[in-house]
Amino acid sequence: MAEIIRTENLRYAYPVEEGETPVYALRGVDLGIARGSFVVVLGHNGSGKSTLAKMLNAVLVPTEGSVLVEGMDTADERLLLAIRQRVGMVFQNPDNQIVANVVEEDVAFAPENLGVPPEEIRRRVDEALKAVGMSEFTTHAPHLLSGGQKQRIAIAGVLAMEPECIVLDEATAMLDPVGRREVLATVHRLNREKGMTVVLITHHMNEAEEADRVVVMDDGAVVMDGSPKEVFTQVEPLRSLGLTVPDTVDLLDRLRHHGVEVPLDALRVEECADAIAAALQ
Amino acid sequence: MLKDITLGQYFPGNTVAHRLDPRTKILLVLFYIVALFCAQGVVTYTLLALCLAICVRISHVGIRQLVRGLKPVLFIMIFTGVLNLFFTPGGRNLVEWGVIRISEQGLHNAVFMVLRIMLLIMGTFLMTYTTSPISLTDGLERLLNWMKRFHVPVHELAMMMSIALRFIPTLIEETDKIMSAQKARGADFESGSLIQKAKALIPILVPLFISAFRRADELATAMECRCYHGGEGRTRLHVLRYEGRDITALCLGGAIMVGVIVMSRFGL
Ligand SMILES: Nc1ncnc2c1ncn2[C@@H]1O[C@H](COP(=O)(O)OP(=O)(O)OP(=O)(O)O)[C@@H](O)[C@H]1O
Ligand SMILES: [Mg+2]
Repeated sequence: MAEIIRTENLRYAYPVEEGETPVYALRGVDLGIARGSFVVVLGHNGSGKSTLAKMLNAVLVPTEGSVLVEGMDTADERLLLAIRQRVGMVFQNPDNQIVANVVEEDVAFAPENLGVPPEEIRRRVDEALKAVGMSEFTTHAPHLLSGGQKQRIAIAGVLAMEPECIVLDEATAMLDPVGRREVLATVHRLNREKGMTVVLITHHMNEAEEADRVVVMDDGAVVMDGSPKEVFTQVEPLRSLGLTVPDTVDLLDRLRHHGVEVPLDALRVEECADAIAAALQ
Repeated sequence: MLKDITLGQYFPGNTVAHRLDPRTKILLVLFYIVALFCAQGVVTYTLLALCLAICVRISHVGIRQLVRGLKPVLFIMIFTGVLNLFFTPGGRNLVEWGVIRISEQGLHNAVFMVLRIMLLIMGTFLMTYTTSPISLTDGLERLLNWMKRFHVPVHELAMMMSIALRFIPTLIEETDKIMSAQKARGADFESGSLIQKAKALIPILVPLFISAFRRADELATAMECRCYHGGEGRTRLHVLRYEGRDITALCLGGAIMVGVIVMSRFGL
């Protein structure tokens, strides 16, 4: 199966009071997420990113349409645990997703819920902590760690379920630059080395540069979808959606407006520098 | 001010006191409480104080941390002491000064009551200092497991308790932040009458409650995402198992309790 998650004409309206007309937060999303890919989801506030994320592991169930995780329909309650075990979720605030007072006990939470035998839990906890580079904090108290470290513990907590896919909903939004870099490096490594499928929701354009695919949402629908180069070179459409472009593209775009012949798709800083140097010669 | 709250704080370590099964520790504290309430005289109190001292020694917990735990109950201790001191009739009157009268019995009661509360609090705190909250609630859950038959939601209660304990430091930190924010805008928490002070707390409590509800909501979602579905079919990373040291500790504790009860029959 090439696609791990498939949404079909997905629509969702949050429940409203009697008499009010429901407003759709998602209005027809068709999205297939390839196994092992790194997908970044962008969109301004209220565009439906978090709603979409919560539908991917059955925290929310479609009002219309369907979500299939490895062929399993999220609307089927009997498959709930199987789906949640396959698609792990990391949220914005690290403090509000850590359950236990000791790091290893927190990481063990998910396998405990799944009824995994103790020796196997031990192995998974050690492996997950190693995968996020937090092995030496096994018996620490989470509330004494830095934001980036807490968020890596949260990722380890999800990894201990041995999921196929991780969804991160603005997981770097509350972190300082160092913490953000730690978390991103961890996620990229998991994607590269373990073939983990990653769906990263973010407001930081730079985090999208290394992705395989960028999906832009607006008003509950997917409006752009493609490789980072394909998406970010559409500077004007992005701006009209209230989004910025990466600094490199912004610079190149301005140079082009001033008549300098540079390509727009040099996303990385080095690439961008080379492109400008070439144009100046 | 908020730093004083030590309830539920855990100081990790690797001593025998830390490694004992939480159920053993809970039972030992229960034994200790029973013994304290039976104890009558100097001999039994000395014995119980000695027991605590030895346990503190074994656990490597600092005396200062233990004493700091007494601060929140200082008022109750003074209140009990004073009440007993002045209002217990019996025995010879040591001081007679107008309406104030301190009897021999009163002095005796006051001293022993205060001692009893002190030992009680320190004994309980020693347990929470040496036992991680999770294993403590785990122990409680296992000890009370038989109550599930009577439809008592033991697992849910234990989970609630461990989450409450987990969030104490987070909420304390948050309260500190809110207080600083209010102070920066000129709020005054220190001066004024009691009513004014209470009023000054409202702008702290409201945002604290709102944020606590938001946290609870997010935590519930995060727990669901990690496949939490109640206590059914749940396994544990650390399986509780009584070891030789637990048996020894329980026998020793039980013997001391029985000893104290017997001695107190003879008024010791
Ligand atoms: N619990 C809720 N109840 C009702 N409406 C909601 C709820 N959560 C979100 N919405 C609405 O659904 C729409 C999409 O919200 P969503 O949280 O998915 O956006 P988002 O893209 O994640 O935004 P942000 O970047 O701010 O996180 C918004 O219009 C929002 O007001
Ligand atoms: Mg969101």
